Amino acid sequence: MATTPTVDTDGETEEISVTEALREAMHEEMARDEDVFLQGIDVADRGGSFSVSEGLLDEFGPTRVRDTPISESAIVGTGLGAAAAGMRPVVEIMYSDFMGVAFDQIMNQVALMRYMFGGKLDIPLTIRTVDGGGFSAAAQHSKTLHSLAMHLSGIRVVAVSTPYDAKGLLKSAIRHDDPVFFFEHANVFNKKGEVPVEEYTVPLGEAAVLEEGEDVTVVATQAMLYEAMDAMEQLEGDVDVELISPRTLDPLDIDTIAASVDKTGRAVVVDETPLMAGAQGEIAAQINEEAFWRLDAPVERVGVPNVPIPFSPPLEQEVIPHSGDIVTAIRNTL
Amino acid sequence: MAESTTDVDQSLLLERMELIRRFETRVGELFADNEIPGFVHLYIGSEAVAVGACSALEESDYITSTHRGHGHALAKGLDPKKMMAELYGRTTGYCNGKGGSMHIADVDAGMLGANGIVAAGTPIGGGAALASQIRGDGDVAVSFLGDGATSNGPYHEALHLAALWDLPQIYVVENNHYGEMTSVHDQHPVSDLVKQADAYDVPGEIVNGQDVEEMYEASQEAVERARDGDGPTVIEAKTYRYKGHYEGDPQWYKENEDLPDWRTADPVETYSEKLIDAGVISEDEYEELGESIEKELDEAVEFAKDSPLPEPDAAYEGLYAEEL
Ligand SMILES: Cc1ncc(C[n+]2csc(CCOP(=O)(O)OP(=O)(O)O)c2C)c(N)n1
Repeated sequence: MATTPTVDTDGETEEISVTEALREAMHEEMARDEDVFLQGIDVADRGGSFSVSEGLLDEFGPTRVRDTPISESAIVGTGLGAAAAGMRPVVEIMYSDFMGVAFDQIMNQVALMRYMFGGKLDIPLTIRTVDGGGFSAAAQHSKTLHSLAMHLSGIRVVAVSTPYDAKGLLKSAIRHDDPVFFFEHANVFNKKGEVPVEEYTVPLGEAAVLEEGEDVTVVATQAMLYEAMDAMEQLEGDVDVELISPRTLDPLDIDTIAASVDKTGRAVVVDETPLMAGAQGEIAAQINEEAFWRLDAPVERVGVPNVPIPFSPPLEQEVIPHSGDIVTAIRNTL
Repeated sequence: MAESTTDVDQSLLLERMELIRRFETRVGELFADNEIPGFVHLYIGSEAVAVGACSALEESDYITSTHRGHGHALAKGLDPKKMMAELYGRTTGYCNGKGGSMHIADVDAGMLGANGIVAAGTPIGGGAALASQIRGDGDVAVSFLGDGATSNGPYHEALHLAALWDLPQIYVVENNHYGEMTSVHDQHPVSDLVKQADAYDVPGEIVNGQDVEEMYEASQEAVERARDGDGPTVIEAKTYRYKGHYEGDPQWYKENEDLPDWRTADPVETYSEKLIDAGVISEDEYEELGESIEKELDEAVEFAKDSPLPEPDAAYEGLYAEEL
């Protein structure tokens, strides 16, 4: 099977990384709409910690590509205010762990402003941030926190795995009139895949069925998609897996997932958030609601056990899920 | 040379700085050899700041540190062996391998942790100071933070509260002129960060952070003020970050910089020359000091390498004090 999920497109494609895909999305949207601007720590001169915004400063100048002080509340809060005043800001929180510093702005302001004010204003704000562990950065730089964002009504949540989705969904997020929390995963930045050369977008709220199968539905997010593909390879000829990438987590495309479970009768949900109140639990609960009578086995969840991410490699490898854990979970459903 | 006005043990100041310089140099080499996982932020160039400040403290006093914390830990008297073991992710490290470079802590030594979240140590230091105020035990807390960190909210809230409650806390703002890849001038409207203290009516002082005795004396005064119940002080130590933000940082942004390169006033070199000139130590003794530290570091590295990596199950230990 393919190492990266393939794209259905008639036109010409190019092979690029997730980083390049995000960068292209930023370039295209900033060129298309001059209300779009970017701010965050070291996003201009340096092009961001993960090089996503490289080249934007040269093309769009320092008014629209802004290095901020180390002030997360202000980074998010001024983004919110600018959005309320009609701009279309993209703000970057270097690691999702640091959203803790800005959490009032996120939880009590960004998420609530439109609703609390009677639905009378749009907040076209995109918050980009980085999730994920696996590089011995210890507990304050390795968390996966999109479940925290999913918990907040009023914010859309996106978490991508492939270059195709990264580009198409970031463009949609920027054009969207509601706040979108856009999670990039440290271990997918280098993943490569085919992306159309022509302009395209991927709509928010639609899952992708990446591989069709008959025996079990595996729903996998971010880097876990690649672990799931690994697991599929290990089970090839034995278990026929249907692989789904939800891409948008709020709203969740439960229809696509439930339709798959209707066919397979089994489901495994794989995600790097902690298992306690994690994204897996939400997806599993919705599968139960939508496809319970078609299930031949309880839905299995794979995620980080309820501990912080430790520094030392053997400890970190223990808590972050791997393909072996997914194989076990799949076998548990059979 | 200037006559020393301090009561401090000058050789000890030099020894501590030398230990930090050599520890950090060694860590840089080990990191380049892929011996140490994760990432490390080295303290080279600012040794006088940590040593000057911590030498004004008793063992029972507290410090809170930053992501660039090795120097603070060593200055507070932490054991290089256990620090090295932590950097190697071994069970014998200060945090049993759970923390790594950015989280080295030893509560028994009053070291309330290096911290991966910028400015987060400042209210924590305030809390330690509050505890000692409530208990009346006379302990103080020093919170180290970078120039970049002074734009983060928790610092201002902590400083405000410390000022309001006369907490026995000292803020040492290490102005090494960079926050990540951005120079201090591009992050701050004020040129002297100590001005921020004015807003809270807190005494502030600018200190040459390359001069360990000047740093010691300013800290000593601030500590006295704190112990006397007269509240917090902000010390802005002007220093320089010799290395990149993290090891491996290509440092392209330093090229066109109009900041002076403070390496000309190296804190360790100038102080060793000063003490040799003054006859406090001889050249031979200084050389021996270097050799004995290198030996200590050899042993620390050996200790780290000989120590076991944690068993995977240890990942689940230590989260709660009580099983439920
Ligand atoms: C809240 C938060 N935001 C961003 C970061 C990323 N970060 C780590 S170190 C650093 C720069 C800190 O600069 P400064 O306070 O001047 O300390 P220095 O590195 O110069 O010692 C930044 C932005 C972080 N760790 N925490």
